[in-house]
This record gives sequence, C-alpha cells and structure tokens, in this order.
Amino acid sequence: MSTPIPPSAPRLLLMAPEDNCLIARVPLVAGEALEIDGAAAVLAEDIPLGYKVARRALKAGDKVLRYGAIIGTVTADVAPGAMLHTHNLVSDYIPTYTLASDAHSFIGSTH
Amino acid sequence: MSNASLPALSGYLRADGRKGIRNVVVVAYTVECAHHVARLIVNAFHGQEVHLIGFPGCYPNDYADRMMKRLATHPNVGAALIVSLGCESFNRRGLEEEVAASGRPVHTITIQQNSGTRTSVADGVEWVRWAREALDTQQRVPMRLDELVVATICGGSDSTSGITANPAVGVAFDQLVAAGAACIFEETGELVGCEFHMKRRAATPELGEAIVACVNKAAHYYTVLGHGSFAPGNADGGLTTQEEKSLGAYAKSGASPISGILKPGDQPDTGGLYLLDVVPDGEVRFGFPNISDNAEIVELIACGAHVTLFTTGRGSVVGSAISPVIKVCANPATYERLAEDMDVNAGRILSGDATLEQVGAEIVQLVAQVANGAQSCSEALGHQEFILTYKQFEASGPGCFPLKAA
Repeated sequence: MSTPIPPSAPRLLLMAPEDNCLIARVPLVAGEALEIDGAAAVLAEDIPLGYKVARRALKAGDKVLRYGAIIGTVTADVAPGAMLHTHNLVSDYIPTYTLASDAHSFIGSTH
Repeated sequence: MSNASLPALSGYLRADGRKGIRNVVVVAYTVECAHHVARLIVNAFHGQEVHLIGFPGCYPNDYADRMMKRLATHPNVGAALIVSLGCESFNRRGLEEEVAASGRPVHTITIQQNSGTRTSVADGVEWVRWAREALDTQQRVPMRLDELVVATICGGSDSTSGITANPAVGVAFDQLVAAGAACIFEETGELVGCEFHMKRRAATPELGEAIVACVNKAAHYYTVLGHGSFAPGNADGGLTTQEEKSLGAYAKSGASPISGILKPGDQPDTGGLYLLDVVPDGEVRFGFPNISDNAEIVELIACGAHVTLFTTGRGSVVGSAISPVIKVCANPATYERLAEDMDVNAGRILSGDATLEQVGAEIVQLVAQVANGAQSCSEALGHQEFILTYKQFEASGPGCFPLKAA
C-alpha cells in the first residue's frame, strides 16, 4: 500500500505555472490552514482528493486554467482557496451532466 | 531508453506476416438471435482461449461488416466459428470467405438449417474443440517490438487521471514509439479543447488540419446528442468540464509526433503514434459514437491492437475479447479498494512513492510480459467484454496517412 505523503510535501499541486487553480493531493478538511502562493488561507469546505481550489480571487466570466490550458469559465466570484467545481465552473463547449441533483442535473454551457 | 532490458518477444505467425500474442478461437454471432447459441458454445471452454464476439443487428451495416472481418482476422485470432440464425442481413458468407482467405480455419453454423439450438451448440462445441487442439500445437516465433500494436483508452476518469496514469502511459508510449511500435490513442470526443495542440504535433500540415476537423466533428456530434463524453462519476471524481477531462486524457498520447489518423478497422502499416477517430462521418445518426468504453476497445482492436492500456481513476474493471487489457489505476484510494482488478498503481505518483518515469517504465515492462503470455488482471479474472453497434464512416482522406503517401 502507498505510504503517507511526507509532511513537507505540498498538499496542493500546481500543474502548470500559469494555472489559476490548484489540485488537492490528499483529502483536505474544512478549517485546514494552507499556504497559497505565500499567503495564508483557511479552507471553508472539505476538498476531496483531486478536486480543484482557486489559486487566486476569480470573478464571474474569468477562464480557469489547468495544465496551462483553459478548462472552462467561472459563473460566480470565487475566493482564493475555495472549491472550483460544477457549482461555479462550466464548460465552454459541452454541458456537464451529473446525478448530484435532479433539479440541476443539466448544467448549462456558456455557449 | 530502457528497452535493452526488455525481454525478447514472441508471437504466433499468421499467413499475412503479422504476429499475434494470443491464439484465440473466436465464436462470432451474426445477429442477436444467434447470441445465445454462440454463448453456450463458448461456455463449454471456460478458462480456455475461446472468446465470444458478434453483431446484434438484423439490418446490414458496412461498418459492422468491416469490423467483424478485421476482428476475425486479428493477429491474436487463430480460428473462427461463425454462428448465424439464417435469415439476418449480415453477410456471413463474406465473413467466412475473408477468414478462409487469411489462412485460418473457419466454419459456419446456421441454426435454422441445423435442427435448432441443441444440435447447433453440440456441433459448435465439436468444431471449436478440434480448432483448439489444432491451435494448441502451434509454436511461438520471435517477434520484434516494431511488430507490436499497443492501444490506450481511459475510462472512469477522475481528476487524478491526468496527473498520474495518463501521463505515465504517455511516457510508456514515447518509449514504445521510439522502439518502432505502433501506438494508438483515441476518442476525439475526449480531445475537445486539445485540437490545436495536437495540430502542432502532426507529421504534416494536412494531417494537422485533418486532426482539427475530426475534433470539430466530435464536438458537433456530441453537442447534437446533448451530452459530452462525460459521466456523472467523472464529476464525482473532481473533474468539472469536458475540456478538463480532455486535457487529462490527452496526456496518454505522450510527446511523439502524430503519424496519422485511423478510422475503426484501419491498420497502421508502420510504427508511430496514431489517433483513432471513433466519431461517425456524415449526419448524426445511430446514437452516441461510443455507448461505453468497450465499444472503443473493440475499435482499437480492429485497428490491430495486440494489447490495450486502460487508465482509470474511478476504477473500471473491464477487459476485452481478443486482446488483453492492462489496467493502470490513477487514484491511490481506488487502487486500495480495487487492487485485484488493477495491474499498475500509478497513484504512487500522487503519494510520492514513484515518479512518472518509473511507472512509465513499469508499464513498458508489463506490455512485454503480457505480450509473451502473462495474463493481465482482467484477463485472469475472465473479463471478455465485447460491444459492436451501428455506425457509418467514409474512407480516410490521403492527408490522414502521410507516411503511406510519402
């Protein structure tokens, strides 16, 4: 089985220098104190493994970059350290279908 | 390059000069009405290399006809039994002639002319037993890496797929392409957003334009159907948009130049990296381009793939008829839950226990071992999934095969 990540290793991954989101390398819990680009941040919510958080403040209409490439557009203002997912980030191509909520199961595209 | 440390490969020589890494008897039904009889025949050979394939439809379809011919004459196949009801549209005679012309033993059972289910099953079992005994005497011969065709697909992706398993397969692909193998990546619907990056990697400007056009075709097709290639589990795993999933999936292709675009059943005649275009041509018809992962795996096999590298974050467990599937698990938590189904734990990259290069080298070694007869996890567990549905394709343009044209 895999060994735990050493405490010195980053808990958030930056995939490319120009990205404005970070990836949780391990499950993170609400209230956890993190450092994002040298600034202290306290997580307002749980962040599961692999989920994205904002690296800096984003405004509605801003593009999100991961791997140095655009992965969609934010639909609301997002604070640094807040989760970026289907509730505030949409595709520029094709809507995303989820089972999470029948009422909002078809999340509209910006196109 | 660590290929010097790879074991020497061996395979079964076929009349067309290609070599197979397995010696499978396929039992092929030519309409759903013959599926049960064909399955009963296969069930009599549990644990042996006897695999079930087939086409369910009763209406004729050129794509399905071509796919069945390519699959029944795949280098991993040594003999074919065709099971027909008798009144369906599928051209069973054309399939039998194609297999016979390839030098393989072939036999057709037509249920309506063979006293029904019991007699057809008994006759089928008898023929497969004979074919199995004949194939089991065949010796392996030396096989070079440049005779190997390796495919990759991702399924049940999550946010870790693009960080660990997919780039590790990309490292493996770069090593295999450098050693002369043909490597195939696929699903243009999962490359939406990556088209202009791929264009820069194309061997010629014409191929670059063809790549952009085929991704645009996929985006149009999926938009008309109202769904991207994106399942709820992708979102549960932290992926938010189609283009985010695409960028992660794209990492499987590595960094080699792209040598050409294949359509299902096109077989690369030189080594290199190829993109398989799985989205039908023409107006949108017959539904989703690929209803689930195994439809794509079957198309990769129809292009000659000997083995498929399947990356997963959420944890797919499928294998395939004809060609072994190797599972590369992206997510360390998924690996712990589903270890018996996973061949490679690429999640070690996330937990800091391995580098991309180490996992990539491990994948190349595993490809060589499986090519030489070692069973992958899904193979040992008996997974032999198979799907073939209706589609329509036009022939590939000359720009798609710059090496052949040169």
